[in-house]
Amino acid sequence: MAINHAEAGSEAQGQTQSAAQSGAQAKVQSVTQSEDQTAAPSEAYHWPDARGHFGPYGGLFVPETLMRPLDELTRAYARYLQDPDFLAELDADLRDYVGRPSPIYHAERWSRELGGAQIFLKREDLNHTGAHKVNNTIGQALLAKRMGKTRIIAETGAGQHGVASATVAARLGLECVVYMGEIDVARQEANVYRMRLLGAQVVAVKSGSRTLKDALNEAMRDWVTNVDNTFYIIGTVAGPHPYPAMVRDFQAVIGREARAQMLERLGRLPDALVACVGGGSNAIGLFYPFLEDAGVELIGVEAAGEGLASGHHAAPLCAGRPGVLHGSRTYLMEDSDGQIIETHSISAGLDYPGVGPEHAWLKDSGRARYVAVTDEEALAAFHTLTRTEGIIPALESSHALAQVAKLAPTLRKDQAILVNLSGRGDKDMHTVAAREGLTL
Amino acid sequence: MSRIAGCFADLAARGRTALIPFVTAGDPDLATTVPLMHAMVAAGADLIELGVPFSDPMADGPVIQRASERALAHHTRLRDVLDMVRKFRERDAATPVILMGYLNPIEILGYAAFAAQASAAGVDGILVVDAPPEESGELVTSLRQAGIDLVYLLAPTSDEARIRTIGAVASGFVYYVSVKGVTGAGHLDLADVDAKLAEIRRLIPLPVGVGFGIKDAETAARVARMADAVIVGSAIVGRIEALTMKPEHIPAAIGDFLAGLRAAIDGADRA
Repeated sequence: MAINHAEAGSEAQGQTQSAAQSGAQAKVQSVTQSEDQTAAPSEAYHWPDARGHFGPYGGLFVPETLMRPLDELTRAYARYLQDPDFLAELDADLRDYVGRPSPIYHAERWSRELGGAQIFLKREDLNHTGAHKVNNTIGQALLAKRMGKTRIIAETGAGQHGVASATVAARLGLECVVYMGEIDVARQEANVYRMRLLGAQVVAVKSGSRTLKDALNEAMRDWVTNVDNTFYIIGTVAGPHPYPAMVRDFQAVIGREARAQMLERLGRLPDALVACVGGGSNAIGLFYPFLEDAGVELIGVEAAGEGLASGHHAAPLCAGRPGVLHGSRTYLMEDSDGQIIETHSISAGLDYPGVGPEHAWLKDSGRARYVAVTDEEALAAFHTLTRTEGIIPALESSHALAQVAKLAPTLRKDQAILVNLSGRGDKDMHTVAAREGLTL
Repeated sequence: MSRIAGCFADLAARGRTALIPFVTAGDPDLATTVPLMHAMVAAGADLIELGVPFSDPMADGPVIQRASERALAHHTRLRDVLDMVRKFRERDAATPVILMGYLNPIEILGYAAFAAQASAAGVDGILVVDAPPEESGELVTSLRQAGIDLVYLLAPTSDEARIRTIGAVASGFVYYVSVKGVTGAGHLDLADVDAKLAEIRRLIPLPVGVGFGIKDAETAARVARMADAVIVGSAIVGRIEALTMKPEHIPAAIGDFLAGLRAAIDGADRA
């Protein structure tokens, strides 16, 4: 899993700090500018530190009972990261079971209609189970097996991570329990049924706001109780160390492939990467192998729900403040007393009050920029891609597409945007139909 | 000597095991908590743990989760909890009060401001469930400056190295979580608890309280034979929940329950 920067050559070295310093002012620029050797030498991106911190973010904010199990996980992960057998098994599974590499698709018709930059889609929607989530569950489940754990637990919001966890558990013959907020169980019936078909037990969580954050609380409670035989597969780059780094590394296959594919296709890197951010795993997976390519602008797109001003949104990076939740310090949606507040997004997968701590750090350091798009904008992009390219995107990914629709016309036709099409929209048929007054 | 250290020294001199009840502040309403605290002291509580409600109590079982939800339903804030302690101190200058909760409500207030306000209100100790020593350096500094003890959890999964790490920063007493699980979890294995307490005592010179899973007088008595303090939470909070519609009956009902635990613990202490 070592991140391979071979394609970058030496020109990408020494760019991270200057990128961080130039910060939010960094304009989209061509890759030739990023090869400028006059930039001050700087150290390579090295986060997190040994204790799981990304600057002031991340860390290990968990009850004492979990400290030793997390330490064991950190050590096991570090060991298998260097184990050729483990890496070979992971690569084979990603190829033969997930269907990787996923292609890059040039959305020519949409690009032409927008009249600006060329738009390329990284097709994570074509993965087995229909989203990027499986890249991570494959990796963590193989780790669970090597660690001798016989039981898998997971939290899920929209159900995609639950399905991806139940899928790998079925394949490896592991017991699987998925925690899902009672409200999400009701609005994602089809995925609940898929998980049950795969042999998982789906537990409807009735506490708190009965959504993803409460499912995560309940999974943590299960883990504290059954820590000896149980492996907790967290579905995003949130939670205590080592999860944010580990999930990032498993998802970074997206960016490694995309980087090589763009170099092969265009002979250069794209000018901007765009990805939606809930917890932020598909975004980090795409961004991470490009962090030292200073000429590539990184744009994360949060859910503005009914608008940031309405308060009904799920955009902690754009409109929240730092705090501690679910094992790490990061940007949160919270009230003035430090209570976590309920979020809103049309997309269940973005409906989460926190965000991966590495995104908090990339925001503060200026290496990535975060924006938010509303439910309406995401829906419009959903319909546009469906009608223009014959690809039905997930509502989560539609947030990234909505930002692309804003960005592309501001760029030249010889510039390129790469957007992570993190999942397919089949699961969202009922939600979209209901918005239009239809019942399926 | 802190109020907590003084309390344990006094109990040790008299050969007594401490009884520490836990209640969630503001459950079922803001008005009940202070009279309840006084009733618990009258029934034999030596120290009081007051839960600060949090929206995402990931280490708590369903009983205390629901208590947090009841308290938050009428917006019990950290500053309200501090007001309760201040009011309790008007009539009780002796009984140590420990706040137990999660880091975020403290983080948003700021560690130094929180420590100053808590100290002024008469708080003696803080137990932050999701702030292990590795992440609580600044919090420890602020609380020490304010003369507040930082109480830490130890768990069945804490090995010798972790016990030493915690021993280096803990003060007042340490709280041994007797089962792998959340608050109110299943039955504890007393032989396992006894063995772990021996290891903790060898490494940490502070009094050791035992909690999680102590539901009745019999278990309280058996734990009293090995621990310096018996901590009871969910069994009390469950009784409060049953009286949510009649909050005026709560102090007397919880007082009766604690009196039974007290008698059993005293019996064990004399044996």
